[in-house]
Amino acid sequence: MQSFGLAHVEFLAWAALWTVGLSAIAFVGGGLLGFAVALLRVSANPAARLAAIVYIQIVQGTPLLILLFLIYFGVAVIGFTGVPAILAAGAGLTIYASGFLAEIWRGCIQSVPKTQWEAAECLALTRWQRMTRVILPQALRIATPPTVGFLVQIVKNTSLASVVGFVELAQAGKLINNSIFEPFTIFVTVAVFYFALCFPLSTWSRSLERTLNVSRR
Amino acid sequence: MSAVANPTRAAREDTPRSPQAGAPVVRLHDVHKSFGALKVLDGVSLDVGPGEVAAIIGQSGSGKSTALRCINALETIQQGTIHVCGHAIHDPQLDRRALRRDVGIVFQSYNLFPHLTAEQNIMLAPTCVKGMTKAQARELAREVLSHVGLAEKAEHYPEQLSGGQQQRVAIARSLAMRPKLMLFDEVTSALDPQLTGEVLKVMENLAREGMTMILVTHEMAFARKVASKVVYMHRGRVWETGTGAMLDDPQTPELRAFIGNGL
Repeated sequence: MQSFGLAHVEFLAWAALWTVGLSAIAFVGGGLLGFAVALLRVSANPAARLAAIVYIQIVQGTPLLILLFLIYFGVAVIGFTGVPAILAAGAGLTIYASGFLAEIWRGCIQSVPKTQWEAAECLALTRWQRMTRVILPQALRIATPPTVGFLVQIVKNTSLASVVGFVELAQAGKLINNSIFEPFTIFVTVAVFYFALCFPLSTWSRSLERTLNVSRR
Repeated sequence: MSAVANPTRAAREDTPRSPQAGAPVVRLHDVHKSFGALKVLDGVSLDVGPGEVAAIIGQSGSGKSTALRCINALETIQQGTIHVCGHAIHDPQLDRRALRRDVGIVFQSYNLFPHLTAEQNIMLAPTCVKGMTKAQARELAREVLSHVGLAEKAEHYPEQLSGGQQQRVAIARSLAMRPKLMLFDEVTSALDPQLTGEVLKVMENLAREGMTMILVTHEMAFARKVASKVVYMHRGRVWETGTGAMLDDPQTPELRAFIGNGL
C-alpha cells in the first residue's frame, strides 16, 4: 500500500482551492443577499421588516446540512435534475450566510446611535441618503470584526458540502484516507490547510479594525 | 393658578411660505402631547415673529424640549396646531424634508457625524439636498466655519475638537442650509462655563444678524440679555411670557421659585 506522500498533499492543495472558491461564492452571494435582507430588516415598512425576520429565523433555525440536502435533492424532486454539486453547495451556503450576515449587519446598523439618524433627518436628507452617507459608513466599522469572524465560519462550514458529493478539502481528505488509511497524518494535514486559510483572515480583520479606527471618535 | 394667556393677535390663516412683516414664523396653538399616560404638553400656545429670539426656560420635565422637538416634527402631537414657516406640522401629510430645509436644529449632544471632518459634516446636506457641487459646498463650509470662528479646523474630525468647538461646527452645519428658523435644544448644557461662553457668543451674533431663533436654555443671563421673548414653561404649559425683564419681576410664585433656585 502506498503511504502518504507529496501527491496526496498536492491533491489536498487542489481541493483547498475548491474550498476557497466555495467560500468566495458563499461570501459574495451571502453578502449581497444578506445586505438586502438587513436593509429590509431595518426598513420603515412593517411588512418588509416582518418578511426579513421570517427569512432570518427560518435560515438560522435550519442546519446547514439540511439546507444542502434540501437544495441538492429537493430541486430534483420539483423537476431540476442533475444540478451540479458546486451550484447546490454554493446556493446552500449563500442562503446560510445571508441569514447570519443579515442579522449581524442589522445589529451593526442599529448600534449607530439614534441621534445620528435624527441629526441627518433634520438636515433634510432622504432616508436613503441618511442610510448611505451617515449610518452605513459608521456601521461598517462596527461590522468588520464580526463579519470576518463569520467568514472564518463559512470557510470551515464548506466542509459540509461533501454531503452533496462536492470534493473540497475535507472530502479530499476522506478520499485519501479511504485508499491509504492513515487518518492521523491525513487529517492533521487537512487541519493545517484549514488553519492556513483562516489565520490570514483573522489577521486581516485585526488590521482592518486598526485602519478603520483612525478616524473614529 | 391660571396660566398666562398667550399674546393676543388677530387670528388669521398663516399659510404663505414667506411670512409678511409681523406674521409669526412659528405659531403653536393649544398643543397637547403625551408619552403614554404622561402628559408632557398641556395646551401650549406660542407665537414667534420674524427676527425674534425666544428663550424657553423651565424646570426639567416642564415640556420645553418636547415643545421644541414638536416644532421640528421630531415628535408628533395629539391635539392642536403648529405652523412653522408656512408648514402645517400637525398635518399628517406634512412634507418633512421641505420643513427641514427651512428649519435648523442644534442638539445638546452636538450629533456631528464622527466619520466626517468638520468641513465634510457641513458639506453633506448642501450637496445631497441642494444639489451643490463639491467646490461650491466647500466654499460654503469655509464661510460658515469662519462665521463661527473655526476656519482653521475644517480638516479636523469631531473627536479632535473640544465640546465647544464641536457645538460651533454643529451650528455652522445648520447655518449652511440657510434656514429661516434656528432651534437650539440646551446646546450649552454639556459644556463647561468657558466653552459655554464661546457658543453663546456665536448665538448672540446670530441673533444680532436677525436670525429667528427659539432656544431652550438654562442660561438665565443669556436669556435676559439676548432674548426678545422669554417663555417660562411649567407642567406642560406656558406659565408666563414676557421680555427679559420678566425675570427681574416674576408674576407667578412658580417663576419666582424657579429663578430663586437658579441663583
